[in-house]
Amino acid sequence: MSKSKLAVTLFILSEASFFALLIIAYVYFHAYPGEGPTAAGSLNVGRTAIFSVFLFASSATMMLASRSYRTRSSAMLGWLIVTLLLGGVFLFGQVREYMGLYAAGVSANRSLFATTFFTLTGFHGLHVAIGLLAIGAVAILAGSGSLGVSAREEEAFGSVEIYWHFVDAVWVVIFSIVYLWEFL
Amino acid sequence: MSDIAAADRIAPVEAEREGLLSWVASVDHKQIGIMYLLSGLVFFGLGGLEALIIRTQLAIPGNSIVTPDTFNQLFSMHGTTMIFLVIMPVMAGITTYVLPLMIGARDVAFPRLNALSFWIQLFGGILLYFSFVAGGAPNAGWFSYAPLSEPAYSFNNGVTYWILGLAGVGIGSLAGAINMAVTVLKLRVPGMTIRRLPLFAWITMVNSFLMIFALPVINAALVLLLADRLLNAHIFTPAFGGSAVLWQHYFWGFGHPEVYIMILPAFAIISEVIPVFSGKPIYGYEFVAASTVAIAFMSFAVWAHHMFAVGLGHLFDLFFGISTMAIAVPTGIKIFNWTATLYQGRIRFTTSMKFAVSFIVMFTIGGLSGVSFAVVPLDWQLTDTYYLVAHLHYVLFGGSIFAIFAGIYYWFPKMSGRMLDERIGNWHFWTTFIGFNLTFLVQHLLGMMGMPRRVFTYPDWPWWMTLNMISTIGAFTLLASVIIFLWNIRISLGAGAPAGDNPWDAWTLEWATTSPPPAENFALVPPVRGRRPLWDLAHPDRADELVAAASGE
Repeated sequence: MSKSKLAVTLFILSEASFFALLIIAYVYFHAYPGEGPTAAGSLNVGRTAIFSVFLFASSATMMLASRSYRTRSSAMLGWLIVTLLLGGVFLFGQVREYMGLYAAGVSANRSLFATTFFTLTGFHGLHVAIGLLAIGAVAILAGSGSLGVSAREEEAFGSVEIYWHFVDAVWVVIFSIVYLWEFL
Repeated sequence: MSDIAAADRIAPVEAEREGLLSWVASVDHKQIGIMYLLSGLVFFGLGGLEALIIRTQLAIPGNSIVTPDTFNQLFSMHGTTMIFLVIMPVMAGITTYVLPLMIGARDVAFPRLNALSFWIQLFGGILLYFSFVAGGAPNAGWFSYAPLSEPAYSFNNGVTYWILGLAGVGIGSLAGAINMAVTVLKLRVPGMTIRRLPLFAWITMVNSFLMIFALPVINAALVLLLADRLLNAHIFTPAFGGSAVLWQHYFWGFGHPEVYIMILPAFAIISEVIPVFSGKPIYGYEFVAASTVAIAFMSFAVWAHHMFAVGLGHLFDLFFGISTMAIAVPTGIKIFNWTATLYQGRIRFTTSMKFAVSFIVMFTIGGLSGVSFAVVPLDWQLTDTYYLVAHLHYVLFGGSIFAIFAGIYYWFPKMSGRMLDERIGNWHFWTTFIGFNLTFLVQHLLGMMGMPRRVFTYPDWPWWMTLNMISTIGAFTLLASVIIFLWNIRISLGAGAPAGDNPWDAWTLEWATTSPPPAENFALVPPVRGRRPLWDLAHPDRADELVAAASGE
């Protein structure tokens, strides 16, 4: 494994621990909810599931972009842009969800569910946003024709890819625990 | 010599800069290492000053030099400073400086990230100290127990600054840990297999993994506490359905690995210093490395021994009591490794070696009092008394700080090109040793007599004033020792004996280059065919691999 990919792998191991702790807080207060809004009364699983599909799909398009990069195919830029769009739709969905919750009076200090929900999904959203910036940077480099095929550039591309798959994988866990567990 | 391999990773040196900018804009691991050490020294002065005010206040019963609230701020800042702004950065500084040299690399894996680590942790520290002028410092202790750290009980913004400052230090340390792990795994000179890695690098690597998994725990806890403080949430306030005990689990889930994050680098230093000044390779290399891995794993399974007084239940107490006793085993193995290395060695009692040997004794005392806390009923009796204060200082001062001094006397010649004065060093050592034991040995007794920690004064009961006065005298002896140390650095930087490449007849690669090393570290890296490349080079007829082959290993 190359230097940068190893560093990103170590970084996401650390990030995984960070999310694990936020998930523990969510699960703990799911068992002892206290007063105020709860998941069952506040969340719209169907709508979030649809937006989640966009995020899951973006992992696949990132993989296709990566394959195009390795085979020097010109389709790479297209796949990167599709990935950006899919990730962007997911973020848009999250912003919409937050606005809806806020309008319904579910803000971070209203209940233990609300606090742990917003910290957990909020930090995930932040990671998605940072991932989009990174993919955007790669796309701009590719679009301007300055993304070469040296080992160094291959490392950079691979690192962004690892990170993006991680962001996606975390959402599988969060979506299962926060949304599915509540309603299945 | 034809068998000297050329350093193959020499990167172009950045354009020359001058003056302050050559430091501030530097991405060179040697300069960043020294900046870590200097920032650690400044914060050591601040944390020490806080300790002296605490000890002055406690010198006699019924004293009122500071108010109770100021006292709370002082001990909170003292602990936070010494842990996060002294021991961690100083260890990071030594590691950042020495590690690439030791493995024959040009720099760390990510030099720019290295600079970012340093500056983020420095600004975290500055942010923490800014609280003094922004309404008051944190006052809920270094572990900011909820609900004391909640807005309802802490009337200034101190704890908010504590959260933000620690987040800075935590992110910086995490980036540093990733950097060091990748450096060890990827940048070793050809020939330096993982079984030939110097133990300093071995332990640094394990410690980096420990940090990678432990620091996110406190970052998550800080985020939630910040939500409580700034967004008016109630995660850790029982009155509104939150859980104060959850904070304790989170904090110590990080906090106990943190104890090992502070002591493993000390083990790393000692595992280099003791063999060199004993004139022998370390006894049981594999055991030192393997026991470090064992400690790293086990350190995640002992956190609740900080929480016996909570009343978690019999089964909980039993598990964590046993796991705490068990983690003493790999630590004890190391004590045997070091003492067996001393045995029949040609020992040179340099200042560095004096600190290293007294480290073994002081740390063992701290370790034994630590194991006594694993006995749950004893813990109930002694927790939050001065017995605990004595214990943690034997581990962190008698352990980490003694090892830091051993490391500084050992590597200062490499960093500066000049030897630290051994005569002044001898004074420094003895004042530290005597001052330290005067300060903290008596605190064991005070704790057993029932004196609680974190009280700003105490009644005039038999012996309490005598023992406290002894402790305070010890603290001022330590002040004298630090002044002697600074004096030594000043004198030696100007007029110390030139160090030469390898003043100690040591055998790891950092001693193969000039002191201080050039910007690119090595012109030529010696070949690595064993654990002691410079020894092999100097004694080709008694090289480690020949001796090993002759003894049939």
